[in-house]
Amino acid sequence: MSVPITSPQFKGNAKAALKDVQLQRALGKVESGFIGKRAQVAARLPEFEQLRDLARDIKDHTLAHLDLYLEAYEARVKESGGHVHWAATAEDARKIILDICKRLEAKTVTKGKSMIAEEIGLNAHLSEAGIVPIETDLGEYIIQLRDEAPSHIIAPAIHLNKEQIEADFRRVHTDLPPERNLDEPASLMAEARAVLREKFLAADVGITGANFLIAETGTSVIVTNEGNGDLTQTLPKAHVVLASIEKVVPTLEDVSTILRVLARSATGQEISVYTTFSTGPRRADDPDGPGEYHVVLLDNGRSSMLSGQFREMLRCIRCGACMNHCPVYGAVGGHAYGWVYPGPMGAVLTPSLIGVDKAGHLPNASTFCGRCEEVCPVRIPLPKLMRHWREREFERHLSPATVRTGLGFWAFFARRPRLYRWATQRAMRFLALFGGNRGRMHWLPFAGGWTRHRDFPIPERETFQVQWAKRKKAEAKAVAEADANARRAAEAAAKDKAEAAQ
Amino acid sequence: MAAETGSRPRVGLFVTCLVDLIRPKIGFASVKLLEDAGCDVEVPSQTCCGQPAFNSGDRRTTRAIAEKVIKTFEAYDYVVAPSGSCAGMIKLHYPELFAGEPEWLRRVDALCARTHELVSFLVDVMKVERVDLLYDGTVTYHDACSGLRELGIKAQPRKLLNSIAGLHIAEMKDADVCCGFGGTFCVKYPEVSNAIVEKKAQNIAATGALTLLAGDLGCLMNMAGKLQRLGKPVVARHVAELLAGMTNEPAIGEKPKVNGQ
Ligand code: SF4
Repeated sequence: MSVPITSPQFKGNAKAALKDVQLQRALGKVESGFIGKRAQVAARLPEFEQLRDLARDIKDHTLAHLDLYLEAYEARVKESGGHVHWAATAEDARKIILDICKRLEAKTVTKGKSMIAEEIGLNAHLSEAGIVPIETDLGEYIIQLRDEAPSHIIAPAIHLNKEQIEADFRRVHTDLPPERNLDEPASLMAEARAVLREKFLAADVGITGANFLIAETGTSVIVTNEGNGDLTQTLPKAHVVLASIEKVVPTLEDVSTILRVLARSATGQEISVYTTFSTGPRRADDPDGPGEYHVVLLDNGRSSMLSGQFREMLRCIRCGACMNHCPVYGAVGGHAYGWVYPGPMGAVLTPSLIGVDKAGHLPNASTFCGRCEEVCPVRIPLPKLMRHWREREFERHLSPATVRTGLGFWAFFARRPRLYRWATQRAMRFLALFGGNRGRMHWLPFAGGWTRHRDFPIPERETFQVQWAKRKKAEAKAVAEADANARRAAEAAAKDKAEAAQ
Repeated sequence: MAAETGSRPRVGLFVTCLVDLIRPKIGFASVKLLEDAGCDVEVPSQTCCGQPAFNSGDRRTTRAIAEKVIKTFEAYDYVVAPSGSCAGMIKLHYPELFAGEPEWLRRVDALCARTHELVSFLVDVMKVERVDLLYDGTVTYHDACSGLRELGIKAQPRKLLNSIAGLHIAEMKDADVCCGFGGTFCVKYPEVSNAIVEKKAQNIAATGALTLLAGDLGCLMNMAGKLQRLGKPVVARHVAELLAGMTNEPAIGEKPKVNGQ
């Protein structure tokens, strides 16, 4: 089962989100929880900007040789006793994972946080096959209770307030005594942990995502703040790593460079609480670890991004900074975007993965304020890439007819300065007359989108260019008059002189 | 006279379509500031920088407009626009439009190097240190996005404002956060744009300043229109108007005063 897509209804989704009082209150956390902290921690590290350059360069280098690094990675994984499965599509990846689970007769699987699992709709697929997926990241656990999708790539339940979460816990954890205090995030966490501990022990397969795959060593790396990933991957019979192909980086050294910008950009931490490296299954003398180690490498459209205009998007390390700093995301939250990836990174990535015909609103619903690019740790030029999508839409005639007609009309004049001056002068005089002496209008025909929410200033009666031409003419006239006067005066003086001489 | 003219840089004023159509005062304020700084200003016949087409994905139209702008303005020593957004469009995005065309790129690069936003031009190029003015009042300044992030304009307007005797700047919270205008964005996604500008208006009003300044008319119209709709007692002006001493003229969307001043 694939993930439902409501991106075509972005406008409706956004309107509903703006009216959702709970959501609006919860969105305040984006600012208080992320923006200031990132700014502080970045300011404390003098080489932060240099590290961003390095991170970008590492990713660019890897993408330029992606095939080589993936092959090297695969070889190292095999050497360490693990298995690598290549999945061209979401469907392939679902099938591979389900086959592993079935072979191991899995009844429950625990899951660390993985956006790729969201992308391929893994939970629904496992559930349909009678296997119970259990999210172990607190945020993911909460939204699983509510049967919702994540609204943020690193803080999946950011759209919820703690009262809502408490209510869900009481609804599902029926043995909770009513007097038990769930007021604080810590107590919610403790409650979730208590429930999850059982599940960790019972799980047959543990599935995690990966922040990095290291080609040099065949290692997968996850960063978390809860440590849930460690239990997910060490306790069950098999550990399945589900990652997209662009997660590979050449060396351990590269990972340590990128880690320095990742946590700072994401949560404003210097480093996440847990950074876990996994290489292969349990060895004979290891005290613990999974019996089997599998890596499912998902392409799902990414290799075709490699050769095109959107290649830079593959540098993304999923830190979430772009959405934290996005005014549109801050206004409507993540669900409005209508698929797995929200915010500026989603506005670029989603059309690549599900098609611009479905996700066309996303790259359009941006003010191009550039704050996302300003904070992106791997310097992805997100506005430029969104503009490329708009260009594709325009070329394919997917942009709305009103936009195209309006633009065509305007462009006709914009290319003809004299006609433009003539027409705009008339239009502005008309507007000025229409507006009268009020200074501004509360309503303007054909501009309802503007005047529904704000006033519109009444223009001056004449355009700048017309006024300027008049001023220049008046100046020239004044100069000519002054010249003429001077000439007359000189002539008169000469005449006087001549007369006096006689 | 001739000798003096020769030493004064010739500036082509790119007035921007919004200023041309909606608020010519800003154009005249720009001319005054440029002339006071020692420039000769000319205004060649012009339309728009092409940004609406560019951001709507219509590269062909943008390119046709860009060619016109280049031909019109390449003869000047400098091209100056009272807008970070339009100056940024020319400076940063025109080269993209002519990628792979060396002959055009040469011309574009030459033009870009001489294109500036007004206030940063005054401070960074003409080395204007101060404006001799008296202004008794508190203002707040919004950093419009393109100017701030594409051209690095932040200190320059504050430097000149702070040189004005009597003027106090009350910084708003999130002065560097988008006002929600975004060109066509504000009419394509009016509700989202409104939510963003509403937050901005609250931050502006919270400073207690009675005048809002910024360097881009599009953003100013958006914020002024919202402040007015909310009934906030704040008026909005382009920063050039204040720097040119034109604050006795009606502010954006305000009624012209009866009996002149
Ligand atoms: S696009 Fe940049 S800022 Fe956004 S999630 Fe990816 S790496 Fe982070």
